[in-house]
Amino acid sequence: MTAPVLTRPAPPSWTRIARARVLLELRLFLREPQQVVFSFAYPVLMMVVFGSVFGANEVSPGVSFSQYFLAGIAATGIMLTSFQAVGMGIAEERDRGDLARLQVLGTPPLAYAGGKAGQVLLSTAAQLALLLAVAALVYDVPLPDDPGRWATFAWVSLGGALAGTVLGIAVSSGVGSARAAAAGIPALAIVLQFFSGVFFVFTELPAWMQQVAAVFPLKWMTQGMRSVFLPEQAAAAEVAGAWEHGRTALVLLAWVVVGTVLAARTFRWRRGA
Amino acid sequence: MQKDSLLPTTRALAADPREEPPDPGPVISIRGLVKRYGGRAVVDGVDLEVRRGEVFALLGPNGAGKTTTVEVLAGVRRRDAGEVQVLGVDPAVGDRAWRDRVGVVAQTTGAGNALTVRETVDHFAAYHATPVPGGELLDLVGLGATARTRVDKLSGGQRRRLEVALGVQGRPELLFLDEPTTGLDPVARRQSWALVESLRAAGTTVLLTTHYLDEAAHLADRVGVITAGRLVEVAPPAELGGELRREATVRWTEDGVPREVRTYRPAAVLRDLLAAAPGELPDLTVTRPGLEDVYLRLVGVPEEAVR
Ligand SMILES: Nc1ncnc2c1ncn2[C@@H]1O[C@H](COP(=O)(O)OP(=O)(O)OP(=O)(O)O)[C@@H](O)[C@H]1O
Ligand SMILES: [Mg+2]
Repeated sequence: MTAPVLTRPAPPSWTRIARARVLLELRLFLREPQQVVFSFAYPVLMMVVFGSVFGANEVSPGVSFSQYFLAGIAATGIMLTSFQAVGMGIAEERDRGDLARLQVLGTPPLAYAGGKAGQVLLSTAAQLALLLAVAALVYDVPLPDDPGRWATFAWVSLGGALAGTVLGIAVSSGVGSARAAAAGIPALAIVLQFFSGVFFVFTELPAWMQQVAAVFPLKWMTQGMRSVFLPEQAAAAEVAGAWEHGRTALVLLAWVVVGTVLAARTFRWRRGA
Repeated sequence: MQKDSLLPTTRALAADPREEPPDPGPVISIRGLVKRYGGRAVVDGVDLEVRRGEVFALLGPNGAGKTTTVEVLAGVRRRDAGEVQVLGVDPAVGDRAWRDRVGVVAQTTGAGNALTVRETVDHFAAYHATPVPGGELLDLVGLGATARTRVDKLSGGQRRRLEVALGVQGRPELLFLDEPTTGLDPVARRQSWALVESLRAAGTTVLLTTHYLDEAAHLADRVGVITAGRLVEVAPPAELGGELRREATVRWTEDGVPREVRTYRPAAVLRDLLAAAPGELPDLTVTRPGLEDVYLRLVGVPEEAVR
């Protein structure tokens, strides 16, 4: 059989594959009960627990417990759907042989990362919408009504989700097996939550814990979220006496850059080649 | 499997037309390939050329280095020494356009995820310029009836077939099949053979590994026997073993005792035997070694061990 002599068409662009991957990643995410419960629904569960236990108690005059902790829970949700879900997911895909398949297909790593990022952004948006709805409707947390606060909410969420995604990709290269990832990554996430003032009022934590937390994004995401959900006068109660938006943006951006470089340099389709 | 039922298959799988007329050079050329693990050479100086359009089978015992060789050729494992060209490109630096021309079915089957079979092939269609249509692809590997089953719920053999489907989906010019039929039932094996035959008819070059000698004999234009990382012989299946092949064994029973003589000239032995025999020679046979016998001797298994 002689094939007609023509050009072998170029393989599809990386953006086309990335788009297909976003849909695939979403499907897989939704079909993984573990992900749905421990990453997606977990913040809502936290909200229910905090709301039920502390009810309308006040952290400070005019700031209810539910309101204060909504900030930390939203930030945690972003970390779970990005950093934790991505880190565990990739380790599992590597063990399962999914990534070896992608490698032999010549999948551009950028298309793979793009698929992850797209899935993270969409599932994070859905998660936050659900969380805010529950907080507002069930626990009477007042939601902001000025666009400036929503803009802050948007960039803090976006920065946190992107940092979490690239750091999740990076951590999956170092963590080893899926089993190690499933044990190590959530443990790391929990420790960060304790240090970053998700479970306690941040200013009541020992200074050394505050300083450790200040290195990582979660503390800054939580603080950024407080600036969205807490009244303006609450800024005075922060460690710096202000919301520190500039510094928050800088830390998140720095982690996006560091995470991207780390992810790009350490990413492997398979363990040990 | 009827030949004519394969005709549409052949068309479906025709490799993508390419710019230049197929160059006459080898599709795979390996010189002095070495791969070491912790100082131990598991591939130890392999030289090999595979021609365009050829089906080449690598045979060899467990741990001989077949998978390692295939992985180096497929560009997923680094080598320690040697020159390797696959479709004119060093696989260690093969880019996306190169990978697009190469199909790979690895030895290890993925555990599968929560997607259905059909969703999986539909998704991976997005990775190729001119993929084989999904329904056709599933029929080719006999997965048409399981299209709606989740991949992680498939049987091992079914997952194997899906891997094969994904390996040929992009109409590769060169296909690596590492033990494609291990774990398949006899019907599925024949189906895989038919697939390889139609690939060959469509001009695809195939490098496969197998432990089934009948498979190698049936499919391959040439086979290479690799043992302890060295390629000990390369020949068409019917000629493998050269001298070993021509040695015949004459067996008969004399006074109730089985006798046998090995010879390159069985006719002469028979003449002498018949001349000396008073009547019938019970259990008289003349046999030549089959592929399996030759293979066992090539890989150095002492005959007593397998008798
Ligand atoms: N990642 C690795 N690290 C160390 N040794 C390895 C690794 N991969 C393979 N080996 C060794 O290399 C040798 C060749 O392995 P290979 O998988 O190539 O054999 P094979 O011929 O494909 O065997 P089989 O028929 O069992 O598939 C084996 O001895 C194996 O133990
Ligand atoms: Mg092998």
